[in-house]
Amino acid sequence: MTATAPTSTAAPTSDVDPFGHEVLEDPLPMHAELRDAGPVVYLSRYDVHAFARYDEVHAALVDWQGFQSAAGVGLSNFRTEKPWRPPSLLLEADPPRHDAPRRVLQKVLGPRALRRLREHWAADAEALVDEVLAAGTTFDAVPTLASAFPLRVFPDAVGLPKEGREHLLPYGDHAFNAFGPSNDLVAKGAHRVAELSGWVSEQCRREVLSTEGFGADIWTASDRGEITPDQAPLMVRSLLTAGVDTTVHALSAILYAFATSPDQWARLRQDPSLARVAFDEAVRWESPVQTFFRTATTDVRVGDVVIPEGHKILMFLAAANRDPRRWTNPDAFDLSRDPSGHVGFGMGIHQCIGQHVARLEAEALLTALARRVRSIELDGPTKRHHNNTLRAWASIPVRVTLD
Amino acid sequence: MTATVASAPSVSPDVATLRVTAKEIQADGVLTLELASPSGGRLRDWTPGSHIDLVLPNGLTRQYSLCGDRWDPTTYRVGVLRELSGRGGSAFVHDDLLVGDLVGVGGPRNNFPLVPSEQYLFVAGGIGITPILPMVRQADLLGADWRLLYGGRRRSSMAFLGDLDQYGDRVLVRPEDEYGLLDLTGFLGEPRGGARVYSCGPAPLLAAMERACAGWPPYTLRTERFVADELGTPARSAAFEVELARTGATVTVTPELTVLEALRGIGVDVLSSCRRGVCGTCETDVLAGRPDHRDALLDDEEREANDCMYLCVSRSRDERLVLDL
Repeated sequence: MTATAPTSTAAPTSDVDPFGHEVLEDPLPMHAELRDAGPVVYLSRYDVHAFARYDEVHAALVDWQGFQSAAGVGLSNFRTEKPWRPPSLLLEADPPRHDAPRRVLQKVLGPRALRRLREHWAADAEALVDEVLAAGTTFDAVPTLASAFPLRVFPDAVGLPKEGREHLLPYGDHAFNAFGPSNDLVAKGAHRVAELSGWVSEQCRREVLSTEGFGADIWTASDRGEITPDQAPLMVRSLLTAGVDTTVHALSAILYAFATSPDQWARLRQDPSLARVAFDEAVRWESPVQTFFRTATTDVRVGDVVIPEGHKILMFLAAANRDPRRWTNPDAFDLSRDPSGHVGFGMGIHQCIGQHVARLEAEALLTALARRVRSIELDGPTKRHHNNTLRAWASIPVRVTLD
Repeated sequence: MTATVASAPSVSPDVATLRVTAKEIQADGVLTLELASPSGGRLRDWTPGSHIDLVLPNGLTRQYSLCGDRWDPTTYRVGVLRELSGRGGSAFVHDDLLVGDLVGVGGPRNNFPLVPSEQYLFVAGGIGITPILPMVRQADLLGADWRLLYGGRRRSSMAFLGDLDQYGDRVLVRPEDEYGLLDLTGFLGEPRGGARVYSCGPAPLLAAMERACAGWPPYTLRTERFVADELGTPARSAAFEVELARTGATVTVTPELTVLEALRGIGVDVLSSCRRGVCGTCETDVLAGRPDHRDALLDDEEREANDCMYLCVSRSRDERLVLDL
């Protein structure tokens, strides 16, 4: 990749590789370095500008007029490069084309629509927790809880058939790798792209989805003309791409956070109504989605630096969520903090449309755990899972004590 | 052109009280207001067909369609017809509201969204042109096949004719004193699939549209009735009490505080995210009292249910609200 010099007062330059394994293992030192370097940093390795401070990340997220998504929210610039799959109608779209799909999904996944799921999911969470604890008090929290719970409730809520659900996690993992550079992580998934994409496309068909659920609701909206019948399958695809891995990693994050902060677990036990705040605090603290890109639609001035029109901008959501300019004691996982305003779900018109679904899943699982588990602690070495966009755990061995 | 990245406010941005920044006559009896945040910051995003509530300094609340440019994030524009039979909302705007005044704003909300289509037929009557104006701009931007039939009593009473000039013969301007009643069936043509018909205007026009579109496929016609001045419950500018049903705690919400802030003041944290009434995170059930909805989420039916509210921006119409907290 050729690095052209930025055409403005030079931004501080860094040759760090945010997608290299060393950084993916522990990105926090790089985040601090980039934040301290300035409000905008030029990343020479990828010829992109980057924001790592809260104010700039937040401003770019809400300014859809100046920072577009339709040129792709990964490193690849759709103005000049062909996307690996048809672009998302939500994540990789700008107004006005973004309007109708967003409006429809906002209703389908809105807090009012989710009320009918609350009791079911609470019961599902209790059943899962009972099963896990019946099998023993030492277990790996990633497969047994963080993956198991979303896989138990979310595909049913969408209306997917039972067969083939094991494709969901590898598909999501590859889709989030594909926002980064074409490195070894992308290569790792490449040989399965055709198979996984084929399966996902098949699940988006109306005939395959059950007659009740998020998928059916999307198709019904197309019957009313709110979206076109061509748009419906791509919107179901958005649920399958963005609705599983992200939640799994957010749940892993909160389980790890509690396993390493026993005082916070005690606090949740004392006041289970803190579950929602706890989940958002974990999303702030860990930022399961670490990064997204935008593309400048005009020359953008940040301080003395001008980012030229058409250039990619890398937004470090994770760095913004621990920016000491915005947060007091940002590295602490602290339930007394008000995490409102974190950018872990993004902000503005592209803010995570499934956030209410994720919160409900987390609330159900945490409430069920808090009811039975007195303490939770690490029980052996943890292992990270590397992904170009997601901060994830492969394994979190824990030991719990019960009441 | 150079855009500048503005610093993000870390506290609740002022999106529920806006300043009148311009007031211009557009046609006989029609003026436009431009509104901006006192801080000059971004307003809540909107889509064509959206309206806002204006909470006027005289206590009346009125709804007006947005007719400006959504690519300008800091300005709203609304068109206001002086209603001779009205109860004082539009008269107040015309006669008393001044540039520099502050008004309360709820929304934007959209009950009249532009759905995707290859072909649009727009029919506007009088001030009903206001929601249609951003729609035609958007249809044009998308390269859709579109036409507009625009009627009014007489040419001098029809607003935005200058804005519509650029579209040439896609727009048919048909003042009644020159052309008589609108020829709806002639404009619409034979019933067919693949087209969407949008109409806004006085009740007789919408009734005629419904008859004219009776033979068209379902969901073809989409209408918005512009609501004449009506007597709503005035919004409270005074303080109100919020009672938390689960704990019995009570807090007074003074005008300069949001409900969210007042609750935080007594140690009750309700999770929120956008703090602008657009994301839905702080949705809270209302057990008693009528909220003064200032969010951009609930549609009109949901608002009237008075069973939930968004604590980051919405307030109370009654002296006391009881929340499920």
